[in-house]
Amino acid sequence: MREDRNSNILSSSGLTRRTALKGLGAAAGLMAAPGFVRYAQAQSSEPIRIGFQCHRTGIGAAYGRWYERVTTATAKLINDEGGINGRPLEIVIEDDGTDPARGSEVVQKFANQHKVDLVYGTLFSHVVVGSAPMAGELKIPYYVVSEGYHVASGKMNRYCVQPGITDVKAQVRSVAPWIADNLGKKVTLVYPDYAFGHDHRDFFEPAIQAQGGEVIAKVPIPPTETSFTRYFPQIPRDTDVIYHVMVGPAVLTFVKEMGEFFGSGGPQLFGFIDSLEAVDINSPGLEFLEGSHFWEGMPRYAQPDQPDYMTFYRETVGIDENGASRNDPQDVSTAAHMFGCWETLYVIKAAMETADYQGPDDRTKLIEATEAMTEMEAGREHPQGPKVFNGKIHQVFGEQNISQVKDGKLEVVHRTSIDDGLYEPEADYTTMSF
Amino acid sequence: MRDARSLWLHAAVILLLFALNFLLPEYHRGIFSRVMVLAVFAMGYNLAFGYTGLLSLGHAMFFAAGLYGTGLTIYHLGWSVWPALGAGLLAGTLLALVIGFLALRTTGVAFMIVTLMFAQVFYLTTLYFTTYTRGEEGLVLPQAMRTLALPGASFSLTDPTTRYMAALALLTIALGLTLFLVRSPYGRALIAIRENEERMRMLGYDVFANKLGSVVISGLICAAAGAAYAVLFGYVGSGFASIQYSILPLLWVLLGGAATTLGPFVGTLFMFYIIDTASDYTTAYLLVVGLALILLILYFPKGIAGTVRERWLPWLP
Amino acid sequence: MAFGPYLLLATLEGLVTAAVLALMALGLSLVFGVMRVVNVAHGEFYMLGAVLAWWFASLVSGHPAIGFLLALILSPLVVAAVAFIAERLVLSRLNYEPEATIVATIGLLYILQQLALTFYGPEARPVQAPFDMRISLPWFGYSAYKLAVIAASALMMLATWVLLTRTKIGLVMRATQFDRETAQAFGIPVDRVYAGVFALGAALAAVAAVLIVPIQQAHYLMGLDPLLLSFIVVIIGGLGSLRGTVVAAILIGLSDGIISMFFSPTLAKMLATLLVALVLVFRPQGLFGTVAR
Repeated sequence: MREDRNSNILSSSGLTRRTALKGLGAAAGLMAAPGFVRYAQAQSSEPIRIGFQCHRTGIGAAYGRWYERVTTATAKLINDEGGINGRPLEIVIEDDGTDPARGSEVVQKFANQHKVDLVYGTLFSHVVVGSAPMAGELKIPYYVVSEGYHVASGKMNRYCVQPGITDVKAQVRSVAPWIADNLGKKVTLVYPDYAFGHDHRDFFEPAIQAQGGEVIAKVPIPPTETSFTRYFPQIPRDTDVIYHVMVGPAVLTFVKEMGEFFGSGGPQLFGFIDSLEAVDINSPGLEFLEGSHFWEGMPRYAQPDQPDYMTFYRETVGIDENGASRNDPQDVSTAAHMFGCWETLYVIKAAMETADYQGPDDRTKLIEATEAMTEMEAGREHPQGPKVFNGKIHQVFGEQNISQVKDGKLEVVHRTSIDDGLYEPEADYTTMSF
Repeated sequence: MRDARSLWLHAAVILLLFALNFLLPEYHRGIFSRVMVLAVFAMGYNLAFGYTGLLSLGHAMFFAAGLYGTGLTIYHLGWSVWPALGAGLLAGTLLALVIGFLALRTTGVAFMIVTLMFAQVFYLTTLYFTTYTRGEEGLVLPQAMRTLALPGASFSLTDPTTRYMAALALLTIALGLTLFLVRSPYGRALIAIRENEERMRMLGYDVFANKLGSVVISGLICAAAGAAYAVLFGYVGSGFASIQYSILPLLWVLLGGAATTLGPFVGTLFMFYIIDTASDYTTAYLLVVGLALILLILYFPKGIAGTVRERWLPWLP
Repeated sequence: MAFGPYLLLATLEGLVTAAVLALMALGLSLVFGVMRVVNVAHGEFYMLGAVLAWWFASLVSGHPAIGFLLALILSPLVVAAVAFIAERLVLSRLNYEPEATIVATIGLLYILQQLALTFYGPEARPVQAPFDMRISLPWFGYSAYKLAVIAASALMMLATWVLLTRTKIGLVMRATQFDRETAQAFGIPVDRVYAGVFALGAALAAVAAVLIVPIQQAHYLMGLDPLLLSFIVVIIGGLGSLRGTVVAAILIGLSDGIISMFFSPTLAKMLATLLVALVLVFRPQGLFGTVAR
């Protein structure tokens, strides 16, 4: 049912978008208002086509669905406001099954069959890493929304950029000082035993040491695991803070079993909301999370003091004050990550307009224009907050939220600064050839 | 006569695939390169499963051994493509020798489960050494290192034509090897073992050694596919060692026709296009894929090439 | 934590895993044993049981136990019906060819997964446990519901054992398993027995799933890992041996838990898997199997 409704929304919005654009095209000639000058110069009204590599099936499907909704909403908004360089934006969706091999095929399909202008939207790191070589070979820009450190590490290629969401290294460095100051200095890490978890481990340890804290135990969990209680005894008794980050469908079990194990007398908890994206914080068994802290890219729950552009963003993508779908309060969004789709599309729009992008021949110009970006102001285009883009490592930096669970809602208690997350770049893509 | 016909057929298939490099639209040409490499994986599987009757659910480990043997030596040791391919083949062959030696003590479903578990251990090993493999996320092999040096010239494997030709060359070798094997006395012995192991034993054959040989050659071919995949597509990740990649070659072989030389390629190609086409029309494409599999097996129970052989071309190898 | 309590915890956890695994493996073992069919879709019946449990439980309000009991009764019935239909429509027409059924059940796996994704969605959703109690031990807390799962599973196993050994249905099933042709000659409707066994096997997986959803959550991809584990259990235990299935489930559940006390978790999983594989290498007929196939 839900999927059907979705595709209906998609196809119907596709229709209205097209008809709306026809009207817009006609209206553009009439409107000689200053803001529209740029659009009048456009030589072609062919749509700009963006290939959206979407996790519709596979392990990433819960994220994929919301990434798709935000992408559709953002594209509609951009089109309603006149498109990019006066040209409408068209999103072409292909499912990658959250699989790196299929991801690479999908990039081929976008470049050679759909002939899109660029590929965008991938979340899961292994799909990004699996697809990046193909994007580089086919010389098609690849804008990912993944929060992995892969792009910033310099191991991808000149065509891969991550301008709409911060990476895990910056996130971890941002929250470490706050943890040391407010929760405690002896930290035990609980993380999945693969690359994503190892990134947390490797980046967090030096960051907490710099604050005079220490990691007293590390508990890597095998990714095939479905029950966790047996690992909790490895958490030392003198732990001040458990730093936990898990992904996948078993995460709820993980959090729940931690509650059963420690009861109310356990150490402080600091988690990455990745564990509970698309999961209601009030699910049975999660009561013990009350009072614990989470990292959030963007707050899930509407905050009392939120700026207007944030309210506008939430309304446009269709989430209510609890961060769930307006149509179905049980359908909780992936709010902490999905804003990245919105911001990335706006970065693409800005870069295309700077580069005066006309078509695939201008792809290198588009990348160069993106690389040249620096500061991005908070506002409608960047509702999550201000950002700084580092063109050398193709990675954006921004503020992070630390939220506490209070009365079954996440309340932002601290916002880190951009500087908290900055680190020495390890690479320079701008010196690499196209 | 019979021999000539099948040789001509295989030569024609290879020629056709060669011609397709110039005829196919760009996207489909890229897909054929990939399908040919994966079909070699399926051919390796077919040797053990189709011809020798060894139902393994662990062949992902041989493919992944080739993939990692080649990928890690390029990434960490900076080896060039030829020695790295050698490392991949060696890794897969040695692994097949050890696994075969242990697992062949069992037969039937027990063999299936033992191979499944060994493959699971291999998969977990790739995760355990995430420091070197980057586990699930995987590694990207730098473009510059994916260069194939031949006497007089060197080719970048990132070029679509080179990639297509390299994949075709691999497919030709694997197809030739399979054809040669199944027509040799050794191949006939394997088929006879599949049909009646007891009788072969009584006739004085060393059944264990014959089966071990089959597993090792099968592992070698699968590792070759994995090694080629690493250099042709530049990505090495533990997903290729997961159970999914043990089930896939089984599915491809059954769809194409077990114990047919061309079946694995036909099955791999068919499976790819059914997914690709169905996903163009509906978001619920797995439903279409599932229905297609069921209908296919209802009406072509021996797989595509297997049914063709049964009904029309009895000489098909 | 001291060694003793740690061992106690690992044992308890191992038993919970074993309880659920044994039920699911029992279903697989019946299908495998009687029909000689490798049912790759068994994990999807488990998934379907969990997803339906969530749906039934969400239909009723009031005390969580009502929804849970409703799910415990209805979910296995629906799953059994689905399995029955699939058996009649597909498997019976394939004549139970081992290889053809693998493809067909992979097809069924795709269909069930897609239907779950389309109608249920990609999220993991929990079902509330029928009672919420945390037993506070001096060293750690433990969920009372988990202990109840062990008991419930033991009851179900006992009931199945009675069904197999003390009733006419069981006799007919065993006869069919022993020799299909002879059973047919004696007037046993083999077709109906097969369909019934397939449905019963699926229902057992669904019961296991309903028991587990208050601990884990219903998710459309949850079927694969338990499928692999239950295959392992069935073969290690020895085909057709109920006792073997239970012992193997406990062995696997406990070895996983206890080995993880001494090694880093992933290494522990590797060692546990290797250990169990070697059991089979040196005892190919399984622990309690008699005939090597």
